[in-house]
Amino acid sequence: MSLSLQGKTFVIMGVANKRSIAWGIAQSLDKAGANIIFTYAGERFEKPVRDLVATLEGKHELVLPCDVTNDEDVERCFATIGETVGKVDGLAHCIAFAKTEELAGNFSDTSREGFLLAHNISAFSLTVVAKAVKPLMTEGGSIVTLTYLGGEKVVPNYNIMGVAKASLDMSVRYLAADLGRYNIRVNAISAGPIRTLSAKGVSDFNSVLKEIEERAPLRRNTTPEEVGDTALFLFSQLSRGITGETIHCDSGFHIL
Amino acid sequence: MATVVERVTKVIVDRLGVDESEVKMEASFRDDLGADSLDVVELVMELEDEFDMEISDEDAEQISTVGNAVTYIESKQG
Repeated sequence: MSLSLQGKTFVIMGVANKRSIAWGIAQSLDKAGANIIFTYAGERFEKPVRDLVATLEGKHELVLPCDVTNDEDVERCFATIGETVGKVDGLAHCIAFAKTEELAGNFSDTSREGFLLAHNISAFSLTVVAKAVKPLMTEGGSIVTLTYLGGEKVVPNYNIMGVAKASLDMSVRYLAADLGRYNIRVNAISAGPIRTLSAKGVSDFNSVLKEIEERAPLRRNTTPEEVGDTALFLFSQLSRGITGETIHCDSGFHIL
Repeated sequence: MATVVERVTKVIVDRLGVDESEVKMEASFRDDLGADSLDVVELVMELEDEFDMEISDEDAEQISTVGNAVTYIESKQG
């Protein structure tokens, strides 16, 4: 694939380890020659993220903590980014969280605290981050987030995360409407289930993977590389006419 | 060919960044090897990859020491 993002700067939020979808996106952007800034959720992730970043071809020096539940922390993070690079061309928001115990059993047992936590980290964070990065997207930009089918249809055990993804999906559309006049595009990739650290928190995740292999039109599971290349498209000029969209990169499973 | 113990040990050393000498059969991932809950999930995933097997959620919950992991894998490889 010879899509060049040379000279462009992107922020990737949410790499946890080598299995992260965010890492698939990082690899695609790195190959395309992009300059990448990484943000991680907490101290625990700093070393693993730095170790991974060191394996990339490009030299990506900025690796910053960013707690999306804290407005001041988000402001501080993007102020540092602004001071260091000036202009940002795109941002990948790959952040979600729900309590493990609420990713199993009855949805009706969801706690108020768990509901708010999932929405705060998984949905509202896109809006707070979009607001923070907007002043840095001086030549327009592209914001990409990750969603999942469980926000459109009921998927067993996805529970509160499905409701949070529905909120995220609609946030994408309202943000796209808001930011379009600044030539900032906002889109979502609805990835098929991928064996990530987060996905492992969903009860009985292995059987979800099996069903995709058996029934999805392409008869195989989605890879982080496939999602990475879809993000590359959304970050490139090839997708300049697309905003407010959700692209399913899921072996076609959503049509069933 | 490396034994199950050797392969499990390597996965643990790589994943948790501990010294090989600390990886004793009775060592608990959390209490002795400094793993947090996410480390344990990552470890289980690494073991699934290393041994090309699937470890169910219920089984994974039972694996808390090095010995647990070795015994579990050996029983599945039968």
